[in-house]
Amino acid sequence: MDILKPRNEDECIEIVKWAVSEEQPLEIMSGGTKRKLGRPVEAATLVDISALAGISLYEPDELVMTAGPGTSLVDIEKALQENDQELAFEPADYGPLFGKTPGATTIGGILAGNISGPRRLKAGAARDHFLGARAVSGRGELFKAGGRVVKNVTGYDLCKVLAGSWGTLAIMTETTIKVLPAGQKIFTVLVSDLADKDAATAMAKALGSTFEVSGAAHIPAGLTPGSGTDKSDMAVTALRVEGIGPSVEYRASGLVELLANERECQIIKTTDSQKFWRNVRDCSYFTQNTNRPLWRISVAPTDGPDIVAAVRSRADISAFYDWAGGLVWMEFGSDPAGDGGAAIVREAVNATGGHATLIRAEDDIRAGVEVFHPQDPVLAGVTARLKNSFDPENILNPGRMYGGV
Amino acid sequence: MSGDPQSALVMPDLDPGILERRSDIVAQLRTLVPGEGVIADENEMRAFESDGLTAYRQLPFVVVLPETVEQVAAVLRYCHETGLKVVPRGAGTSLSGGALPLGDGVLLGLGKFSQIIDIDYDNRTATVQPGVTNLAITKAVEGNGFYYAPDPSSQIACTIGGNVAENSGGVHCLKYGLTTNNILGLQVVLINGDIVRIGGKHLDSDGYDLLGLLAGSEGLLGIVTEVTVRILRKPETARAVLIGFPTSEDAGACVAAIIGAGIIAGGMEMMDRLAIHAAEEFVHAGYPLDVEALLIVELDGPEAEVSDLLKRVEKIAKANKASVVRVSTSEAERDTFWAGRKAAFPAVGRISPDYYCMDGTIPRRQLPRVLSVMRELSEKYGLRVANVFHAGDGNLHPLILYDANVPGELEAAENFGADILRLCVEVGGVLTGEHGVGVEKRDLMYEMFSETDLEQQQRVKCAFDDKGLLNPGKVFPTLHRCAELGRMHIHGGKLPFPDIPRF
Ligand SMILES: Cc1cc2nc3c(=O)[nH]c(=O)nc-3n(C[C@H](O)[C@H](O)[C@H](O)COP(=O)(O)OP(=O)(O)OC[C@H]3O[C@@H](n4cnc5c(N)ncnc54)[C@H](O)[C@@H]3O)c2cc1C
Repeated sequence: MDILKPRNEDECIEIVKWAVSEEQPLEIMSGGTKRKLGRPVEAATLVDISALAGISLYEPDELVMTAGPGTSLVDIEKALQENDQELAFEPADYGPLFGKTPGATTIGGILAGNISGPRRLKAGAARDHFLGARAVSGRGELFKAGGRVVKNVTGYDLCKVLAGSWGTLAIMTETTIKVLPAGQKIFTVLVSDLADKDAATAMAKALGSTFEVSGAAHIPAGLTPGSGTDKSDMAVTALRVEGIGPSVEYRASGLVELLANERECQIIKTTDSQKFWRNVRDCSYFTQNTNRPLWRISVAPTDGPDIVAAVRSRADISAFYDWAGGLVWMEFGSDPAGDGGAAIVREAVNATGGHATLIRAEDDIRAGVEVFHPQDPVLAGVTARLKNSFDPENILNPGRMYGGV
Repeated sequence: MSGDPQSALVMPDLDPGILERRSDIVAQLRTLVPGEGVIADENEMRAFESDGLTAYRQLPFVVVLPETVEQVAAVLRYCHETGLKVVPRGAGTSLSGGALPLGDGVLLGLGKFSQIIDIDYDNRTATVQPGVTNLAITKAVEGNGFYYAPDPSSQIACTIGGNVAENSGGVHCLKYGLTTNNILGLQVVLINGDIVRIGGKHLDSDGYDLLGLLAGSEGLLGIVTEVTVRILRKPETARAVLIGFPTSEDAGACVAAIIGAGIIAGGMEMMDRLAIHAAEEFVHAGYPLDVEALLIVELDGPEAEVSDLLKRVEKIAKANKASVVRVSTSEAERDTFWAGRKAAFPAVGRISPDYYCMDGTIPRRQLPRVLSVMRELSEKYGLRVANVFHAGDGNLHPLILYDANVPGELEAAENFGADILRLCVEVGGVLTGEHGVGVEKRDLMYEMFSETDLEQQQRVKCAFDDKGLLNPGKVFPTLHRCAELGRMHIHGGKLPFPDIPRF
């Protein structure tokens, strides 16, 4: 495989123009942590954009940062920490899910995949914090999307479409993101031993309260974060509150009171909370067996437990819940049908609404089943035409999301 | 605003083939939307001839008011087959002329879609039809302690369909986001009559983010026929503080210092002297009259948090030369603080025969520069300007005061406005923060975008609307045919990039 490593925007344009005229599909990669996520891309040329890196603008009191797509998340978070700020959507590091060492994720990959962590349910997704971009389309043309201010309705919001497009529409060459103050204190209320459905009820109650919960997860018994040592022999339901000291203390004890008749509650403080939520964010419970099919399922929060129960009745799975039950991470212990569990999972999800993405599976499985949730014909038509509007020759990451897209 | 009909505005050429078949087309539409649903009488159509940007008026070709999604689909299918243009309309409060009718196009009013379909407190969502007003959503859920966060000042009248199409904001969007950040699902009818569902009650739609694309698309991509929004639990307390400053620069510095201290207020609004006086005369909010700039900062959350933050904000204000600091002591007083701000546009309307409302956004730190250039421009054009800002996110609403009955004043106001928007772009901002491009800022799009940028946006439109029938003449300064936009001119053959590192 030929690997090209452009150093600037012009070189990106040159590469795409060449690819178009030679009909050479390109695989686009930044940090490479999610290279095995999506349908396998058939391209003889890999474009590694990790050299388009570096923070070119960071104005803490304007809450804005501009960085090259190859900028490591570690570097971004370090710069933010120095100013008590953070990326509020809590980008996850999926590297370890694919057997990679942590810390290789870049902002380009995070935005291209629209990857958000537990705080998504309060602060929004990556796409909600993505203000502007420069990008090279599959036509070899440089275009600009959005700007550097939050309030902007000038023309179509193309950043939203780039977020979650997995490199199939354009090569981003510069990204501008919104940054926010970090909470000074982080407390987590842990409720033990709830069944999945009761946990969903408890989480709905907490989210419907005035306590401004910024994370709501349920980890059933038996799941151990791969990176940690704490063995959980009891299910734990976790509710996070963040902010200034007096507020955090007040809200945490308010939650304990609210949930007191559910089960025993315990409060953990900032450092332990950070560790706990990092595991939830990075899905560390499923980093041990990187050959096992892993699903990420987004549904209405109250439907989460039903979907898990429906799949569990037919397959050997482990699962936990984020986003108050609305995000289910599900690992298959075995794969008798050889489809990564696709048929069973999709049947369960289609019964309620939502979507399921096959985050991890062997290449041959991902080549054979739809990795992203299959679309109805009308939506598939819009998807294909949208792809065509950016990349008419199907040069960029062809087939990564759907056949032909 | 009233006055001079669109002197400078060029709209797409009228299609003579459509005009001459009017009675046939009206009859066909009547079969698709029976009863009172089709309005073809000139007098009755007058009510629809403009939106909130009343400087521009145009009688529609015909008005259609469907009641069901099937009717919308049938009408659009017919329009697509016939080559008939369509202009969607909610409540018609757009300030950018987004709902300005076309003389050869159907004005498709969604006002009859006024049902609340589902409220789901466990999943914190409400699903409503597009004609439901913004405020009606909050009214429907407030009994249970919930609300819908984006709150444009027009919230009594404007519809959620219009909010989605304009990606509307409000005074609370600094902390809670704009429409795009608060919607989860849509039902949309495409121009060929196909009905699609995007998203639902779950977070993050799969595949390309069509929800994000539809938000702010100004009726150019599809007709929104159902919206699922996120509802939030009302904060335990909210308190507002009024802060007066001897100069606008001090007020701007105070805003930066508050945000720099890590405080994201529920709302942070600023008014200048002219706006303060107009608002005070109109609603008697108790605003101080001896200041050059006034900030309203609202903090919400648990009492413990609000009182702590209020103390910090007061301290920051004093450090930034505040001459007046007054904290609301009751709900009633907080409402009064806001009443002046929320009525700022009509208040300014009382002190001038006409006003023209602008909507640029700038990086906050550019505020002093922008204000001082605005003062120079005000002198140059001989027109007064009152300033109202969403200060927290740098979204300016300069209101240019003029009299349409004085020859040349409307034109001067428009030129003044265009200069302000050019300045916004020059300092790193944008042409419109929440009111949309519409017809108003259409011809300024080149200030912000290159031809290539705009062509890429129009290709996106082609993916939805191959014949360019949905709201043409809005947003894009020049219209290209989709076939022309699809062409690509790349000639290969040369040895590829000898310099790029390869491995
Ligand atoms: C006094 C006043 C104060 C205002 N304050 C604010 C404010 O604080 N913040 C703010 O953001 N805006 C504000 N606005 C602007 C305006 O109210 C918003 O843009 C609002 O969202 C428009 O809603 P509407 O229902 O009136 O839509 P309309 O004006 O009817 O239409 C607006 C646009 O949406 C399209 N459209 C409408 N319905 C649909 C649909 N169902 N499907 C597809 N396209 C559709 C139309 O074609 C048009 O392009 C204010 C306006 C006024 C008059």
